[in-house]
Amino acid sequence: MISTQPVTRGLIAPTDVLAVDDLQVSYRSDRGEVRAVGGVTFGLKPGERLGLVGESGCGKTTTALAIMRLIRPPGRIVGGRILLRDGGGEIDLASLSDERMRRTRLSEVALIPQGSMNSLNPVKRIGDHFADSIQAHERRVPDSEIRDRTADVLKMVGLRESTAKLYPHELSGGMKQRVCIALSITLSPKVIIADEPTSALDVVVQRHVMETLGAVQQRLNAAVILVGHDMGLLAQFVDRLGVMYAGKLVELAPIKDLFENPLHPYTRLLISSLPTLDQRGTFHGVPGLPPSLLNLPVGCLFAPRCPSVMERCSVETPPLQEVAPGHWAACHLYRTTAVPVVTAVVAANETEMPRDAGGHNGLPYRE
Amino acid sequence: MPPMTNLLEMRNVTQVFGDVNKGGTVAVDNLSYTISADQPSFTAVVGESGSGKTTIARILLGFQEPSEGQVLYRGHDLAKAPRDISNQFRREVQAVFQDPFEVYNPFYKVDHILDVPIKKFKLASGRAATRALMEEALTRVGLRPEETLGRYPHQLSGGQRQRITVARAILLKPRLIVADEPVSMVDASLRATILQTLRALNEDLGISFVYITHDLTTAYQVSDNILVLYRGRVAEMGDVTSVIKNPQHPYTQLLVASIPLPDPNRRWGENVVAASQDEMSDFRAGCTFAPRCPYVMDICRSTVPPLYQIDPHRASACFLAPQANPDDLPTVEGDVTGVFQPSERLLALTGASDGGSGDPLITDIASQTR
Repeated sequence: MISTQPVTRGLIAPTDVLAVDDLQVSYRSDRGEVRAVGGVTFGLKPGERLGLVGESGCGKTTTALAIMRLIRPPGRIVGGRILLRDGGGEIDLASLSDERMRRTRLSEVALIPQGSMNSLNPVKRIGDHFADSIQAHERRVPDSEIRDRTADVLKMVGLRESTAKLYPHELSGGMKQRVCIALSITLSPKVIIADEPTSALDVVVQRHVMETLGAVQQRLNAAVILVGHDMGLLAQFVDRLGVMYAGKLVELAPIKDLFENPLHPYTRLLISSLPTLDQRGTFHGVPGLPPSLLNLPVGCLFAPRCPSVMERCSVETPPLQEVAPGHWAACHLYRTTAVPVVTAVVAANETEMPRDAGGHNGLPYRE
Repeated sequence: MPPMTNLLEMRNVTQVFGDVNKGGTVAVDNLSYTISADQPSFTAVVGESGSGKTTIARILLGFQEPSEGQVLYRGHDLAKAPRDISNQFRREVQAVFQDPFEVYNPFYKVDHILDVPIKKFKLASGRAATRALMEEALTRVGLRPEETLGRYPHQLSGGQRQRITVARAILLKPRLIVADEPVSMVDASLRATILQTLRALNEDLGISFVYITHDLTTAYQVSDNILVLYRGRVAEMGDVTSVIKNPQHPYTQLLVASIPLPDPNRRWGENVVAASQDEMSDFRAGCTFAPRCPYVMDICRSTVPPLYQIDPHRASACFLAPQANPDDLPTVEGDVTGVFQPSERLLALTGASDGGSGDPLITDIASQTR
């Protein structure tokens, strides 16, 4: 068991509403197995806003879809658990039957998909989308109740009740996006996964949409996973941020720690590549390209692009380790102890679980 | 000094889609704007979706004849230009589009999009010369030819593909590149380097850029001048530092305040312009921003505000401007370009290239202008 449950144990706490444990997703292709997500572990606290950031192809959307069990062939979840906790109970979404998963979607875990403005059915009125969602989960709901509940959630996202009578093409992009948020909260889920919910919107509308999402999330006390590549947007919204690279989490930290003291060289380059309003004409990119996910090399996957690369990096994969309280990084730079000693510590952790209740030393994530 | 020549000039251009009286859309409303042939410039055009940015790009590129007004290329009306003039236009004014995935035909190697303009404009004869030209252009945009030529589009990253479309544009030694959201579909980590390349082309080869974007941070990073559009009209324009650092028009203030800064210690505050969320109104009798403006006055609903020149290199179309400045503020009539500050940086650079530069592309451009 120890081999499949590595150092990342402390990443998950028993109180987490969602625990993704060593999730692995692969796509079959003619040229072999494409490993899109290669062992991702993180926990989501109730009411928390967690961000997942990375370049295209880093596995952030695949992780989100895997939690929803929406990975389609040739892709499949090849390993790991996705634990959804409810009061005392715990269910593993990765092994749930299709019918039970269908019932769990929207009612427990809801997804606001990428480009969700195009996910509304153009020949149905907005109200019909809500009726559909409610009727798929609850039996014999009277029309009047559906109308009232629809009106309630529409009001929660700042739309008029009369929006229910309109067709999608009669709404602006920002309004459609808010309809999608309203749909996702219709059944009061515990976890909302938002996959680049504002990528097609301009800054002013983006801000309205994100503030709407934040407000409804707080009202429902739902946890949110925000997937995106816009570090600016994530800095504005999330409590904790996970940085993904080539299908793995390379750093996970409270948002302020991550920006003030980024540990992984990739995170550092990512942050310094952001255009700001402070200095004009300063450009830094992240040199090089991410590796092909076919036939992955051994060692750290970022090594070929890393400015701090060491000999060790090409032979040994760095595990995600807690470098500072609540601040995790997968990089050999921070592995001060020799490898065998670390293994011993891991073994000790295994036997002493739970080491601490929060797994993050009870750090406050929200002021 | 020789008389200034205008490379491209928009004169009172209005573009209407549909019938205005029957709910049609005014995408561009009476805009006059000039791009000089003598001084290279780097101008950002920003605004939300529906503000007319892309329509301006299409009109500048000659893809679309405006409903009213004219587009002049070196003094010729583009809509009626004879073939030789329009061919020259097709060479001197180039486009870079938003989507680096859709511009490629997946069945052709990427060489194809470089090969077509070389053949069409007879830029090189023979294989070796063609190859040399391609390699030169690719190197210019920061690509290694051996890593790109001979590949299919799907074998390259979005950033590489977008660089190749820039390479295609500079093959023709253009004077102006109209780039419509060139980095919005490219990964954040690659945006900076592509913009850096555009900036280098501007400085080294003297190519003017019209950079169309909704991203104010990158506009601030690369451009010298900025034009902020709202519903087809200029809200505020001028020197990029003044406009972004000290916005005067309530719409620009809202835009700047909404930028998601990559800094968790500077989150969107509550104390910023609280503009109405009414996104659907199309109000044109007065200021188009009036239905959302937190400072709206009676005059805003009845009169279209002129562009007040509030300082030498900035103008704002807002009635608040004359209130804040009791002296008679001049207004900008007709061509708005006069507000833009000629970039001293670029003036110095073009002066240097006149003296004869070792760079073949620069000398080529210099000889073309004379």
